[in-house]
Amino acid sequence: MTRTTANSYFWLGCRNSAPFIFVAAPFGLLFGVLAAEAGLNLVEIMTFTVTVFAGAAQFTALQLMQEEAPTLIVLASALAVNLRVAMYSASLTPFLGAAPLWQRALAAYFTVDQSYSLSIIRFELEPGMTVPQRMAYFFGTNSLIAPVWYTATLVGAVMGARIPESWALDFALPIAFLAMIGPMLRTHAHMLAALVSILVSILAVGVPYNLGLLIAGCAGMVTGAYAELVMTRRGTWA
Amino acid sequence: MNATPAFDPVTLWAVIVGMAVGSFALRFLFIGLVGSRAMPEWVLRHLRYTAVAMLPALVAPLVAWPAATGGQPDMPRMSAAAVTFVVGYLTKNVIAAILSGAVTLYALLYLLGV
Repeated sequence: MTRTTANSYFWLGCRNSAPFIFVAAPFGLLFGVLAAEAGLNLVEIMTFTVTVFAGAAQFTALQLMQEEAPTLIVLASALAVNLRVAMYSASLTPFLGAAPLWQRALAAYFTVDQSYSLSIIRFELEPGMTVPQRMAYFFGTNSLIAPVWYTATLVGAVMGARIPESWALDFALPIAFLAMIGPMLRTHAHMLAALVSILVSILAVGVPYNLGLLIAGCAGMVTGAYAELVMTRRGTWA
Repeated sequence: MNATPAFDPVTLWAVIVGMAVGSFALRFLFIGLVGSRAMPEWVLRHLRYTAVAMLPALVAPLVAWPAATGGQPDMPRMSAAAVTFVVGYLTKNVIAAILSGAVTLYALLYLLGV
């Protein structure tokens, strides 16, 4: 099967993203429910979820607001949790940077864990893709997930009522992210990066304002990059 | 329905607007402003390890100290996390990993009568 048109890449992205419905739906539902329980009304919840469009950061902000943290701390912490999307943006730039500005602005809004991880795997797998094909694939990965995320948040917000704790929705985020980590560990450098990031994040858990995440993430990145450099020099880099 | 009092609207909207602007700015920073200009190799080398460094750092504390148990280490959640990771690593299949993890979590929560 040859996929020559941007259109077919859009649908490929759409199909590849289908499993993530089972991530986005419970996650969006949970945000809607928790936000409603925290006292946000429907308009506030939906404005929040549509304009920010970043699950982990939204949960962080909600949590800190409930702890009555100062507004600046809430913003700094939630944006720190979301700093990884800046790195995703940088990572996608070599592949999508040549697209028109309006497409890049739209892509920026849609840069989330799922669209990034699916796209970067595809772009590395098929180096011959054109920029329009890559953009089509990228938007394809969001064509299901984004509407599902908005709708699930709305349903959660309207339900407002407690979701039974037996559903253990609290653990949807860790499971979703863990599932993505396994397939990323392609080289020893990737494994070292993940290992260091786990160790540092555990050690830095007492660091205030979620800064432990940033410290651990940076430590992991530097470790991976350095390991790659050392292995390249030794001639052991695949 | 509103057991908890709503937040002060000014504070709430400051957070929403600040996060909307901030989140977009973070995402637009590179793809929008750098565009097709070439980036130095050392930058790209670090960026290759972004996801593999940030996601474990985000997850590890949530697995070690789950919010649902008030931060107490929890056998079903730790087991589900381990199964999810191992299945993901071995099969390279994200959905298989998620389903295995979810089944493990529900089975253990049920068996332990939680």
